Amino acid sequence: MPGLGITFGRGGATTFQQDLQHSDCILIQGSNMAECHPVGFQWVMEAKARGAKVIHVDPRYTRTSAVADLYAPIRVGTDIAFLGGLIHYVLEHERYFRDYVVQYTNAATLIREDFVDTEDLEGLFSGFQAKHHRYDIHTWQYEGVPGVVPAAGHKELTDEPGAGGGGHESQVDLRNEHRDETLQHPRCAFQLLKRHFSRYTPKVVSQVCGVDEALFLQVAETLCANSNPERTSAFCYAVGWTQHSVGVQYIRTAAILQLLLGNIGRPGGGILALRGHASIQGSTDIPTLYNLLPGYLPMPHAEATVGLEHYIRDNKSGSGWWSEFPKYAVSLLKAWFGDKATKDNDYLFSHLPRLTGNHSHMQTVADMADGKLQGYFVMGENPAVGSMNGALQRKGLRHLDWLVVRDFTLIETAEFWRTAPEVQSGQVRPEDIPTEVFFFPAAAHTEKDGSFTNTQRLLQWHHKAVEPAGDTRSELHFAWHLGRKLRRLYAGSSDAKDAPLLDLTWDYPTHGPHAEPSAEAVLKEINGYTVADGKLVDGFTALKDDGSTACGCWIYSGCYKDGVNQAARRKPAQQQTWVAPEWGWAWPANRRMLYNRASADVDGKPWSERKRYVWWDAGEKKWTGEDVPDFIADRPPEYRPPEGATGLATLAGNDPFLLQADGKGWLFAPSGMLDGPLPTHYEPMESVVSNPLYAQQCNPTREEWRRKDNPYHRAWGDPRYPYLVTTYRLTEHHTAGGMSRWLSWLSELQPEMFCEISPELAREKGLKNGDWCTLATARGDLECRALVTERIRPLKVKGRQVHQIGLPYHWGVTGRVRGEGANELTAFVADQNVDIQESKVFTADLRAGRMRSGERAAAGAAPPPLTEPEVPRDVTPPQDTDHSEAQEPEGKG
Amino acid sequence: MGSRKGFFTDTTLCIGCKACEVACKQWNQLPDDGFHFTGMSYDQTAHLGASTWRHVAFVERPVPLQGQTSGAGDFSWLMMSDVCKHCQRAACLEACPTGAIVRTEFDTVYVQPDVCNGCGYCVSACPFGVIDRREDDGRAWKCTLCYDRIGDDQTPACAKACPTASIQYGDLDELHARAESRVRTLHQQGVTDAYLYGKDAENQPGTGGLNAFFLLLDKPEVYNLPPDPVVPTKKALRSWASVAMGAVGMVAVAMGAVAFGREGRG
Repeated sequence: MPGLGITFGRGGATTFQQDLQHSDCILIQGSNMAECHPVGFQWVMEAKARGAKVIHVDPRYTRTSAVADLYAPIRVGTDIAFLGGLIHYVLEHERYFRDYVVQYTNAATLIREDFVDTEDLEGLFSGFQAKHHRYDIHTWQYEGVPGVVPAAGHKELTDEPGAGGGGHESQVDLRNEHRDETLQHPRCAFQLLKRHFSRYTPKVVSQVCGVDEALFLQVAETLCANSNPERTSAFCYAVGWTQHSVGVQYIRTAAILQLLLGNIGRPGGGILALRGHASIQGSTDIPTLYNLLPGYLPMPHAEATVGLEHYIRDNKSGSGWWSEFPKYAVSLLKAWFGDKATKDNDYLFSHLPRLTGNHSHMQTVADMADGKLQGYFVMGENPAVGSMNGALQRKGLRHLDWLVVRDFTLIETAEFWRTAPEVQSGQVRPEDIPTEVFFFPAAAHTEKDGSFTNTQRLLQWHHKAVEPAGDTRSELHFAWHLGRKLRRLYAGSSDAKDAPLLDLTWDYPTHGPHAEPSAEAVLKEINGYTVADGKLVDGFTALKDDGSTACGCWIYSGCYKDGVNQAARRKPAQQQTWVAPEWGWAWPANRRMLYNRASADVDGKPWSERKRYVWWDAGEKKWTGEDVPDFIADRPPEYRPPEGATGLATLAGNDPFLLQADGKGWLFAPSGMLDGPLPTHYEPMESVVSNPLYAQQCNPTREEWRRKDNPYHRAWGDPRYPYLVTTYRLTEHHTAGGMSRWLSWLSELQPEMFCEISPELAREKGLKNGDWCTLATARGDLECRALVTERIRPLKVKGRQVHQIGLPYHWGVTGRVRGEGANELTAFVADQNVDIQESKVFTADLRAGRMRSGERAAAGAAPPPLTEPEVPRDVTPPQDTDHSEAQEPEGKG
Repeated sequence: MGSRKGFFTDTTLCIGCKACEVACKQWNQLPDDGFHFTGMSYDQTAHLGASTWRHVAFVERPVPLQGQTSGAGDFSWLMMSDVCKHCQRAACLEACPTGAIVRTEFDTVYVQPDVCNGCGYCVSACPFGVIDRREDDGRAWKCTLCYDRIGDDQTPACAKACPTASIQYGDLDELHARAESRVRTLHQQGVTDAYLYGKDAENQPGTGGLNAFFLLLDKPEVYNLPPDPVVPTKKALRSWASVAMGAVGMVAVAMGAVAFGREGRG
């Protein structure tokens, strides 16, 4: 989550759900919290009962809107314009929290003179390299600071200068940074922000988003009235913000707004990133992402990263908490390679895999479809239903030698060769598919020990309740025994390429008839220990860079403190404070609210009695309060780094954002974002209108896959596909349905695929409620029922009526209840910051009746020809060579 | 002997998550009701029945919600988790000829499945259409108010699963106090539409009050609840009186016919 990571330092929700009860205003946008997080939503209802205002901004009137105080419908894909309008309002009416902004953000920092804003470049920032669809970020830097200010808090952007890529300087000296605490200098971040958002007036917001101007102003006023020393407002978002080609900047916009309002690190404030599954937060902490190692350490590059020293030089920050980087990297290598890892052999850093390019999900599938991959493991996922362009996913599967699927049942991904729409339509014949499919039945969470890391960075342990039935096994069992068997196959090999496998520490104790590895032993390794005596460490501050400690994930260090599985603690709420520090364990260091030093003023006193949380105890000379202080425990508020300070000593007493190189929240991001230091409204890849704000239509750095099996529509106003579509989940089902479509009690609650349309669109199309209809894109088509409802409203955008269609995506061709998948319609297109797909908005056609062809572009079908000329998405047309490259099957992603 | 127990269902807190429906089915091991798309908003189970003992109604109404500012125009979406009302004067119990339906020590109404003979008198007697016979075994089924949980001091499955305290379980006296206080609060907040449905005999004479009562924001019909439910036996006295009057009349006619007939013939 670089949107939060780049702004605040850590890629996780800044607060916890229970804290919402203390909010005076909760703005939910990009999330349908009542439907997708109903249990956490109890704290929104609690806040409401205490008098808080609940605001819901969403294209659809949902179960969340139904209980909100304020509901504002907007056109899908225009959230930056809406939030930018709020920023404009806050700045224009001087509603920002001045002391907080001056002290705790980089508002006062001056930016280089050669920085040019989108205002002057038709929607581009300075440094754009049209040929590569990338930015050179040097002009975005702080004035007076040599080199690139590292985006220290978050390292996903591994090939960017200053963030881990290719021998760039990162030992940046920030002491020369120029500041103007009056915030008047035209080049201070604050003024740049003001100018950047100057055109996001209420009128423009209304025109772009299709929202009523008065309603927008009411949202703005409600938010501002509840953000000051006495009051706080919280934001909740989910994948409604992330799944866009400019998704990370959606979150950045909210983060900037919350910094301006002084709502970060304070009770009832913050930004809650609502995660969609039980352990999605965990899956980025100890990542399933291709470009990260545990604890947000970057994956080394094949060409750029030579040795450990080089890797550390690239990633260590001269100032802020990431100056501790070497300790975490070396401890990780010690955890993985044990005694074999020594100082002399660079702790076997050379054994780590290396990035050779983009290995994200969509790129991998595109490579599969091009026959570049032989095998594929699918575990806990159902890409044939749940991932973009389902037919292209299945095309990838068809070109494999082998496929392993681990799930509860024979999901669509395991059955793709038999039941896929393109097989049923006769476009593809099963006998032509060479892929060998291995299906492994998976144990449920009740049948195995382990932990979940939830939305609020909270590790909660679950104990096995029953033995897994039959051949079902845990993931841990599968992964560990697979490793064990591979090691046996390669035993005795002296080939250097086999050494990483053989040198791994792979010695977890096992138990039971099936030799189940001990999940607690894994957690102990994650916690970390001193190598000499195996003693568990208390936390990451105990880790060393000399090989004397091992730690599987530094941010989780402390989860097995005192030899106790801290994640398994379940002290009832009634027996502890409302913060409930003894329920489970939250990273880092069991802090429930991040950056909580900001809940106190520059002198360390609470901003107000009503909002006290963490403060400086002058008598005891330490920080104290309701939570574990997220600060150096004994660093006084008046501390200022002395001349020549390095590492943690550079963090001043008024630097609440510890992981940032300058200790400040970043209104302006000098590095870390691939698509600009400030968020800018771009239209989605497929839209119904041209960008009302800039000549640049789409995110200039978006990731496209221009290939025949992934055709795009016209940038806007495609006569073949006149409607906007957004996809989403329903309470009654779980994502791609693997856990719900086989269960009668859930299936009966939403038994059929449907689309939600307004009565106006229904009339236009001659559809009645419950009728069958057909939706089509250039990728494919589907049939479903029409649910005609006032909850979907046509909007006025640029003077014309825009229809939006809502589409849940749970169904597939197998299970107790069946239906056609929404992802038959979607395309591969992504935000390059994170390789996250744009599934929340695209264009499509709607027809009455059952008109499905079942044919798919990814199986060779050709979409109807475009009768009107294509319109450019970029102000600088790509060069011819670029264009021809883009037509090649591998795409440019 | 336990105290009087019941449910207070506050529809202003319902988010329509249907956790109550699923928790009920899981605890009571009820079968599904079939997989039918109804087209009625997000309501796919349609009504209470032999296998659906909690049912969430979704009402899309062309009326704004009091206290809400909305860009959706004159529109709001009401949700209500419906359940057996456990009436003070339970029509099903009164109609049951076998004694299968009893009032428990918690003042709830319970069907003993091992006694029920499936006659179905209760089905037509219930003014709410709650109790129903199951196709496969013919017997009548409905919410037990989790008799097998509350005896063990556990909260009924639906109330336990409800994340927003829309379904509250407890002693009736306490629930009444809480519900009245909630209505007062809502009125103070400008939600003057809020009122209690079926709280007691005064509130709903036809049933003598409901152990499972509701806080509603619109007319009962909007939620598919009867505006003035009356248990059939409530009219028994009047029926018997009519019968008696009829009988008296018939006797009079007969006697008159005898008396005056004779005269007439002569």
